[in-house]
Formats: sequence, structure tokens, C-alpha cells
Amino acid sequence: MSLSEQQVTQIAYLARLSLSGDELKDNTQDLNAILGLAEQLGAINTDGIEPMAHPLHMTQRLRADVITEVDQSEVFQSIAPNTGNKHYLVPTVIE
Amino acid sequence: MSIHTKTIAQLSQGLKDKEFSSVEITQHYLDRINKSDLNAFITVTDELAMQQAQAADDKIASGNGGILTGIPYAHKDIFCTKGVKTSAGSKMLDNFISPYDATVSHNLNQADLVMLGKANMDEFAMGSSNENSFYGEVKNPWNKNKIPGGSSGGSAAAVAGGLSCFATGTDTGGSIRQPASLCGITGLKPTYGRISRYGMIAYASSLDQAGPMTKTAEDAAIVLNAMAGFDEKDSTSAEQDVPDYTANLNDSIKGLTIGLPKEFFSEGLDDAVATEVMNAVKEFESMGATVKEISLPNSAYAIPTYYIVAPCECSSNLSRLDGVRYGYRCNDPKDLEDLYLRSRSEGFGAEVKRRIMIGAYALSAGYYDAYYLKAQKTRHLISDDFKKAFKEVDVIMGPVSPTTAFDLGSVKDSVSMYLADIYTLSANLAGLPGMSIPAGFSNKLPVGLQLIGNYWSETKLLNIAHQFQQQTDWHTKTPEEG
Amino acid sequence: MEWETVIGLEIHAQLSTKSKIFSSAATKFGQEPNSQACAVDLGLPGVLPVLNVEVVNKAIKFGLAVGAHINQRNIFDRKNYFYPDLPKGYQISQMDIPIVGEGEIEITVDNEIKVVGITRAHLEEDAGKSVHDMFNEYTAIDLNRAGTPLLEIVSDPDMRSAKEAVAYAKKIHALVQYIDICDGNMQEGSFRCDANVSIRPMGQEELGTRAELKNINSFKFLERAINLEVERQQDILEEGGSVLQETRLYDAVKHQTRSMRSKEEANDYRYFPDPDLLPVEISDELMASIKATLPELPVEKKARFIADLGLNEYDADILTSQKSLADYFEATLKGNEKNAKLCANWVMGELSALLNKNQLEIEQSHVSAQALSQLVARIGDDTISGKIAKDVFKAMWEGEGSADSIIESKGLKQMTDTGAIEAIVDEIIANNSPQVEQFKSGNEKILGFFVGQAMKASQGKANPKLLNELLRKKLS
Ligand SMILES: [Mg+2]
Ligand SMILES: [Zn+2]
Repeated sequence: MSLSEQQVTQIAYLARLSLSGDELKDNTQDLNAILGLAEQLGAINTDGIEPMAHPLHMTQRLRADVITEVDQSEVFQSIAPNTGNKHYLVPTVIE
Repeated sequence: MSIHTKTIAQLSQGLKDKEFSSVEITQHYLDRINKSDLNAFITVTDELAMQQAQAADDKIASGNGGILTGIPYAHKDIFCTKGVKTSAGSKMLDNFISPYDATVSHNLNQADLVMLGKANMDEFAMGSSNENSFYGEVKNPWNKNKIPGGSSGGSAAAVAGGLSCFATGTDTGGSIRQPASLCGITGLKPTYGRISRYGMIAYASSLDQAGPMTKTAEDAAIVLNAMAGFDEKDSTSAEQDVPDYTANLNDSIKGLTIGLPKEFFSEGLDDAVATEVMNAVKEFESMGATVKEISLPNSAYAIPTYYIVAPCECSSNLSRLDGVRYGYRCNDPKDLEDLYLRSRSEGFGAEVKRRIMIGAYALSAGYYDAYYLKAQKTRHLISDDFKKAFKEVDVIMGPVSPTTAFDLGSVKDSVSMYLADIYTLSANLAGLPGMSIPAGFSNKLPVGLQLIGNYWSETKLLNIAHQFQQQTDWHTKTPEEG
Repeated sequence: MEWETVIGLEIHAQLSTKSKIFSSAATKFGQEPNSQACAVDLGLPGVLPVLNVEVVNKAIKFGLAVGAHINQRNIFDRKNYFYPDLPKGYQISQMDIPIVGEGEIEITVDNEIKVVGITRAHLEEDAGKSVHDMFNEYTAIDLNRAGTPLLEIVSDPDMRSAKEAVAYAKKIHALVQYIDICDGNMQEGSFRCDANVSIRPMGQEELGTRAELKNINSFKFLERAINLEVERQQDILEEGGSVLQETRLYDAVKHQTRSMRSKEEANDYRYFPDPDLLPVEISDELMASIKATLPELPVEKKARFIADLGLNEYDADILTSQKSLADYFEATLKGNEKNAKLCANWVMGELSALLNKNQLEIEQSHVSAQALSQLVARIGDDTISGKIAKDVFKAMWEGEGSADSIIESKGLKQMTDTGAIEAIVDEIIANNSPQVEQFKSGNEKILGFFVGQAMKASQGKANPKLLNELLRKKLS
């Protein structure tokens, strides 16, 4: 199986990336090479094997329902690209 | 012996004995960084360093200093440091002054360390050569035409090049061990969950683990004492006490059983590297260890497994870099779509984009089972191989990297670059601790020996490494200056 | 053609915790923009989520209340999509193994009981808020709500009319308040309904293509939006068209639904287990201890009202439909246990009428349950008649004081002095001989005339029972 440039464009869009002409060509080639590598996994029999999402067999520790955070919005917004009226601003979104 | 070749243990003693002050050694390092052309640092925090050094000297004078008080180090630029730029080697975060401290940063501050600056790295820790940094490639102190390894390449070069006494690193697929090996220093990736990941900018969350990069195993033990520990801010950090990792360094390793996976010594391994590694193993035998050939049959699949799992996680982890709340935003976005597309396309480098796309694809509808789920299953098999092996042996040894450091710019395609990670990936997939220690030279370039231990066996690994360093002097070699 | 409507609801109930689901920031409503968005809520580089124990407990409570299977090992997943009010570029939710599995709940529509299946209920974090009308060229983002804990309750497609959907939504709304896991405030968005609506030819097994209706913030709008959507789909199908699977926004002002600018096909959420969160394990002990804290559920309460208080099905159903109403009724009942029906009538009658008239919730009633309880007691012990009580109640509503003080100050106490009533009766009999004759010749109905006269003379205060007895005695 091989990805077309059109498919790569779609994948890029899913990740909100856009690729220029040359970039698209190179990436299509690279992605196909890497997926070719991944195809090796097809050779392993994994019937009945549990997928492993975490390296350690631990379970989730739970936090007490306590408020410890204070308002730091000024510091946080000082590193924001664009703010106004204490809000983060982005170009108008039409719903 | 000059200051920049001293270990933590030696500097600490000197500070205590008033041989020199922290201000003096800090200034010494800052001067060396200034003159250096290794490009090991993204940010040099000279003012802050001098303040911390002064505070450390005061503390030592009042008799309250600890073993790390006043020791200068380089902090990988992946750890958030409050009030200091934290870029993760990316244009995306070039303007990011972190408003908070990572738990590791906090822990190191608590130990009164002196941060010289933020070490260069591959963008978002994606790379094995440190050629993927927005801030330019880092040079190997042993040969400036060579790569230092990656992604903690700046950290490794800083320690090997005498620009800091030690450094922090992170290891997702070998990013501590491989640059440590290629730069001839000691690097430890602890068991997953040993050190908090809070505030360490995530690449692949189920694989990332921080660790020390030092001149010696003893230093690694001292630094690990400060870095390690349970953190309630990290759900995946282990609720386990931190032992004193220096306590067992001098234990005898007589009777140690070393496993050599045959898969680590097959095709693709450079002959000279193989020879140095085997010489090191022989040294262990002479120290009373026995050697056993073992098999990790699925380790060959570590590369495809890793290069699915890590991109999947990173594609999601890096979605937060959207130009809305912090970081890079493109000029004059015409609408929201444009803001996302251009901020991310202009902000990320080529390798990061590649991995994001691989991950986005492998998780997408219709492909999830064939890629992500399959990789999670092979990950389980790889992990089980180790479980079996550790029933027979105490430690697994082998090469870190198939070759010594290669020429800057010489590896052009991603797949060839990925293949060089073959020996380091499995430990991350299984969550096991691993180390690289200097074990010889080939063509005047360092060769590292890899040790992989069972879960939570950092004490044992450090003991083994320290005993080796008592018998050998590879770790004391320093590159020629000029 | 005859069409059948098929509706399933997705309800997002905000769990009433102090802090957020994965961070220690407050969840309070209506605070300064972004003042409650901490590093974790903002998705700063390097931050990590840690799960709030109360969120888990509350979800278990819900599961137990609807008799659902609890997945004692459940997993958090990431749902990946880009939106400016979604700081991390993914929402932490539960896809594969939600905390609450299959359960069910009974609804009553037109006096008929129907069981609605609950497919699942899962935990997730809320997104922030986008403000579109604050600036001309910008959308403004407030992330205070980001990370607020939600329980998404998904029903089976079991409802067949807007009315049933509303009954189901109200039932869930009442339940989450009963078990104290959600404040149910729809204006503040603590309880939100999305409806999946489709139609199919009557008798057809296969489901039609559904539209998902969003942005519905009241039960009234839920009913309207569904009916509107059913009409729209019927029109399309009857004209030979086909319904598009899409998300539609309900606009309460224009009373219409419209398609959300649909990038739906391009949306691929790429769910996968969140590597930052480990599997949640729920012990048998925790399940048992939460079960022990469960209050009496609406169904149980209703059954008790019928069995122990002798209320009819209809009254019991209404009185248990809202926790606040049931609480009010039960407080009124204190001291009036033998007059449960009387209490019920007052709560559902006079009280509800005044509340409706003034558009007030029961919590805002001018007459407290304790105050009403006293009034009912005075009817019960014959201090006043039911008729007088209505006047007393009005005075109480106007803030004139307690039942007792109003009865006292206005001198409304019933005459129970036989002598005094006798004197009135004697006088009326003496002054109305034609009517006396009529009664004696067998016209029983004329008794009402005498009662009326006597009441008038006593200003309504004569004890009706005593009065009746005396009249009969004297007339015969
Ligand atoms: Mg939903
Ligand atoms: Zn939801």
C-alpha cells in the first residue's frame, strides 16, 4: 500500500499542517518509506496479545477534590499571541 | 586537573574545602561556554547562574550545603523553567518564557544547583543527531565534523566538552544513552515512572523518561537522588521511595550474570564497535561476572513498533501548539484555519511534521487497528522478551549505537536515521532502565556500552557501572581542546 | 405515509465538584474570564492531568442509581480535533470502556410507564467558551469552563416522540439532583441535551438517517427543536429527498435548526488511550460504600408515597418529579402525617398555582414548607376550615405572618362553642319558616340554605360539622 500525494495532503490537514509543492513530494516519499518499515509488523502473530498502552502495570491514582490553584491569568496571558478583555483572541470563527 | 574535568563528587569536596567557590567554578564554566563553538546551549542564563552560585556559596558558608550545592549544570531545554525561555529546540516555542517550573527543575533548584543554561536538543526531542534543532546543529566535542547524537545532543556535548559538570537529558527512544555513547559520557535512563514527567515537554508520553548525563556513574547516582521521586502532579510517576543510589556503588559484582542478546550483535553492527563492547564484557568477566547468550526475538521489531507508537502519541501531544495561547503565531492570519495551518507549518521543522503526520495517519479511521493497535501488541511482546530474559540474567549488555558518531549532514533519509536506534528503543518500549557508559574508542571517537536492567534496578545498574569505572579509565578521557 | 420518530438523547451533566476533573482549579460559574484556567487547563507544554476522585464517585453514584453495570476497570481516551476553545487539541473522554455501562430508567407519559435504556455514561472534560460578539474581527476565548467535569449520559434510541424525550430528560434531570451529582442548572449550562432525531416509515425495522440537534438549553426548546426537526425530515423524505447525517444547531430566537458549517466528514477524531492517564480501577469496597450513600431514589420515593401515605399514582408521580418538590412536600408532611392527601393537595394545588402565576421555582416560594405545614395542621385540627385556609394562605404569601398569627389577629378561629352556634341556628330557624316547612316536607337540599345563612352569620367561622349536626337536630 502506498500513500498518494492527495492522501498525504489530507493527513496533513488532519494535523493542521499544509505542505508546499516540494514538501509534499518529499513527505509523500518519506511517509511511504516509514510506513514500509511499519509493514514489517504484519509478520508478527499477535493473536490474543493484549495491547500495551503503558509500560508499567499501574492503575490511576486519584486526587482529592480540593482547589489549590489561584488566578494567574495575567502571567499566562503575558505570553499569549493576542488577548483582549482578558480573553484569548483568534480570527472570528463562524459557527 | 582543571575545574571542568572534575566530577560532581570532586567539585563538591573542593567547595566544602574552600578550594574554590561556586561563583568561581560557575564563572569558569560560563567563560568556557562563551568561547565554545559546539552550539551546545540554546540559552545561557549567566546572570541567574551567578545569582544561584552566590546563594550556594552563602549556603555552604553557613554550613548548610548539600552534595549538589553550587554545582553548575546544563538543563535540557525540554524542561520548563519558570521565567526562562523553554523552547524544546523549536521555533514554535522560541518566544515561550515558561510561567512554571517542571518538577525536575523544581527538584534541582531545591538541591541548590546552578543552572548555566538550557541545552540544545533536537526539536521536541525528535532526532538522533541533534541536526533537527531550530537553533542549529550541535557539534561533537571529539570531532566537530561529527554529530553528538540526539536528542539530548546539547547536554552530551556540554558535559563531554567541559561546558558543564553534568546535564539533564530525556530519553524516549535512546535520547540519553545514544548521545552519551557518542560523546563518551555516562547516561542513565531510569525506569519509566521513576522521575516525574510534569513540566517536561511531552514527545511520547508512554516512553519519555528523564535522567542524568554525567562524567561518572557515581555522579549519575548523586544526580538521580535529586531528580527522582513520586510526584502527585504526574499520574504515571511511581509511588515508590527513592533509595540512596550512592549507597551500593561499591558492592562487589562477583557472580553477576550478564546476558548478551544475540540480536544485538548481528548484522549492521560496526566491527570496531562490536570489538570495544566485547572487550568491556571481558573486563566484567575478569571482575567475576559470568556471561550468557540470550535472545530477545522480537527486538528486531522495536523500530517499526516505536516509529508507530511514538508518532501517534506525539501527533496528539503537539496539537496544543496551535498559536492560540502561547508560542508561535503566523503573521496576519486571515481566518482560524489559516492561523492553525500557517502557525503550525511555519513553526514546526521537517522531522516533527513527518512524525506528526505518521501518527495522524496511524490513528485515523480504518488504519488504527493495523498500525497503532498492532504496535501496542508487538510492544507487549517486546516487553515480555525482557521479562523472560531477566529470569536468567541480572543485566543485559550490548552496544548503544551500531556505529560511532557519523558526519554532520551525512544521513539524509529518515528511515536510515531511524535504523540507528535499533539497540535503544526496546528499553523504552518496555519501560526498563538503561545506561550508557564509556567503553573504548574507535577512530578517536567514543564507543559506549549499554546496560539494561530489570524494573527499578537503578541501584544495581549504577553499582555495575561504577565497578567498571573503578577498573577502567575510558570515562576520564576528554577531547583535545583547540 | 405514516412516519415513526426515533429519538436518542445525549445529556451532558456537569458534575458538581469544587475542582476540575484533571486540575485543581475551581469550577465556579460566572467568574472573571480565564481566572480559573490554570496551567493544566490551558494545556501549557509539559503539564499533566490527575483525575479528581469525586468525579469518579459521582459517576459511580449515577450508575448505581440507574441499575447500570459499572466498569470497574475503565479507560480514558483522547478525542483529537482542533478548536480554539479546546486547549490541548484533544478532549480527554472515555471511548472504549466508559465508567458506566448499560442501565435503564422509567418514564411516565400520558399515564403510561415506559422503560428507556441507557447505553452508557462516560466521563469527560468540558471545553472553554467562545464569545463571538465581543469583538468585530475576533472570537474571544474564555477557558474558565475548560476541564469542568462532565458525565455524558447516552440513551438508547428508545423515545418515539418529543414528549417522551422531554419526559426522559426531566427524569434524568431530577435523578442527578436527587443523588446530588449535578445542580441541574440549565441556564448556566450544567445540564445540556443533544438529541439524535430520525424518522422511518411506520413498521420499518431499520433506522433512518439521524441529525444531531445541539444547543438546546431548556425542556421547552427540546420539545420544539425535535418537533421542528421531525417536520423538516418528513418534508424532505416526502419530497423524495434524503436526510443528511449532520449536526444542527437549534436557534431559539428564530425557532429553526440550521446545519453547522459541516467539516464533519473531514473530522476524524483519532481516539486512542491517553498515555498520561492510567486505567481507573474501582474496588468492590468503593462500590459498596457509594451504594450506602445513595439517597432514596425517585422510583423508591414514589412507591413509598403510594404504599405508606396512601397517595394515588398521579399525585405520587408529580410530587417525586423534582427533588425540590418532594423535599418541600415531605417537609410539609411533618406533623401532618395523617393528612398526607391534604398536604399533597395543598402543595400541588394552591402552592403550585401561586408559584406558576409568579413564575417562581419552589425554592423561591414565599411560603416555606414549615409555614405551610402549620396551616395544614390548623385545617387538620379544625381550627379553621379549608375555605378560610385559602384566605390565610394568601395572607401568608403576602408576608403577613404565620398561619397561627394570621388566624389569631384576624379572628378566624372556628366557632366550636355549641352554645354560640346554637344561638345562630335558632335565630335562622325562627326567621325562615317557609324554608323550615320545605325541609320538613322532605326537601333535603334546602339544608344548604341554612348552612349558608349560618356561615354568613358566623363570618364563615362556624365549625361545619357542628353546624350540620345542630341544624339537623333542630329542624327535625
Ligand atoms: Mg457525544
Ligand atoms: Zn460529550
